[in-house]
Amino acid sequence: MDSYLEGYYKGYRFCLRFFKEAFIPPFHWREIINQCFEVGLKSLSLITLTGFIVGIVFTKQSRPSLETFGAVSWLPSLIGIAIVRALGPLVTALICAGKVGSSISAELGSMKVTEQIEAMEVSAINPFKYLVVSRVLATTISVPILALYCSFIGLLGSYYNVYSEEATSLAIFYKNAFSNISFLDIFSSSVKSIVYGFTIGIIGCYKGYYASQGTRGVGKATNQAVVLSMFLIFFEEVVIVQIVNWIRYF
Amino acid sequence: MKNKPIEHIINREETVIAIHGLYKSFGELNVLNGIDLRLYRGENIAVLGKSGSGKSVLIKIIAGLLKPDQGEVIVLGKQVDQLQGKEMDALRLHIGFSFQNSALYDSMNVYQNLAFPLTMNIKNLSRKQVDYAVEEALDAVGLKDKIKELPAELSGGQRKRIGIARTLILKPEIMLYDEPTAGLDPISCAEINALIIEVQQRYKTSSVIITHDLTCAKNTCDRIAMLIDGKFFKVGKFDEIFSSDNKQVKDFFTYNFIQ
Ligand SMILES: Nc1ncnc2c1ncn2[C@@H]1O[C@H](COP(=O)(O)OP(=O)(O)OP(=O)(O)O)[C@@H](O)[C@H]1O
Ligand SMILES: [Mg+2]
Repeated sequence: MDSYLEGYYKGYRFCLRFFKEAFIPPFHWREIINQCFEVGLKSLSLITLTGFIVGIVFTKQSRPSLETFGAVSWLPSLIGIAIVRALGPLVTALICAGKVGSSISAELGSMKVTEQIEAMEVSAINPFKYLVVSRVLATTISVPILALYCSFIGLLGSYYNVYSEEATSLAIFYKNAFSNISFLDIFSSSVKSIVYGFTIGIIGCYKGYYASQGTRGVGKATNQAVVLSMFLIFFEEVVIVQIVNWIRYF
Repeated sequence: MKNKPIEHIINREETVIAIHGLYKSFGELNVLNGIDLRLYRGENIAVLGKSGSGKSVLIKIIAGLLKPDQGEVIVLGKQVDQLQGKEMDALRLHIGFSFQNSALYDSMNVYQNLAFPLTMNIKNLSRKQVDYAVEEALDAVGLKDKIKELPAELSGGQRKRIGIARTLILKPEIMLYDEPTAGLDPISCAEINALIIEVQQRYKTSSVIITHDLTCAKNTCDRIAMLIDGKFFKVGKFDEIFSSDNKQVKDFFTYNFIQ
């Protein structure tokens, strides 16, 4: 129990330190941009594939039940809502938690256990700023962009299915898909993705930065980072959906 | 060994590291139990002790990587355990730390490893100045031809030397070596020993050298401190320690020679 509380406290201090150091110069722009590319490159192919398949499958599965009500024409707008509001951000976040979060914690963890972090410290380089701040900012910036991309690809997958059944044009499909999507939807999806991105970055860094006990510790840290950030992503999803619904119907 | 330490470069008027009554424990484990040490400018001091006796802990405290539980550690006139942020960084620019396992940045090649501390600490250096500094430091360790290689492509001895070059690039006044010769063959050991002396003379450094290699201690150091049970049993010239009657000291020396 005590160690749980201690863990929370340590995590809280870690977040606090992030916010303190993120806003004080010097800023390592080049490292932040590098890391953004890393995040993008690592997850792009998987997000493309998964997004496309989710789009196809979701459309295929929804079609029969809409058909029974004779409401197939609603399909694009239903898919639009599902993908932009929920699936795009969530799928992206889960993929990034697995691919990016794990690689961040593995990288920082191995730097920690081979004393590379201490080596930075003794050369008067702030390792927290150089390693942690740049990575967390990179995931916070990249995940929303990737989520948008994932939604776009998801809709494309859905269109592929719709086209093969009904030969609708792409323009009409997109018009229908976005017909029921409000500014609030886009805004809340973006906020959600920013929160997910931050979660993935900070958890990956936190677990890696405090890795101990040699290479075994690195494996453990990586595993914990993925599990914990996935758990937090679902938790945040539920909370944010509640808040958004409350705003929507207020 | 052609270049023995030169006695006259030691300035006994000036202390660069002064440690008084230093204690450090991890939970139940008392690692350091009252350490006193004085390092004069230009001097090389060896800290001998068996594995797990707290040698690495001691120099990490000197470099401000660990906080002591009790006692004073004064480096270049600054009390290390009281320093924070900018002041600590300013002091660290004068300290070179060569890690037990080299701690080279895996993701960077040799050039980047050396340029990194330089460009991060001194703004607005031209590419030419950085190149020059990197080449100078690599020249000092005799590995100019490895400039493009990644750490994973180097041998253990080469990694140690690159690690030393990386600390030399900031022209430190104090060098802290954590087991510079551990795990190396006798020839590489001799090369590292020569390098330590060369660094002492070329860069006018004062050094703490942690080792359990007696040849290294004898050849590179002016004085030797023997760490036993968290205390310095004795600090003095090699022969003084060598002729001691203490059982643990004797064991240490006997086993070293049998190896
Ligand atoms: N961060 C730490 N947390 C807990 N215990 C530690 C820590 N660092 C060192 N120790 C303990 O302190 C003792 C001394 O460790 P240290 O690394 O200084 O030994 P050493 O003399 O350098 O040994 P070696 O010659 O093998 O490098 C060991 O028993 C080690 O377990
Ligand atoms: Mg050690």
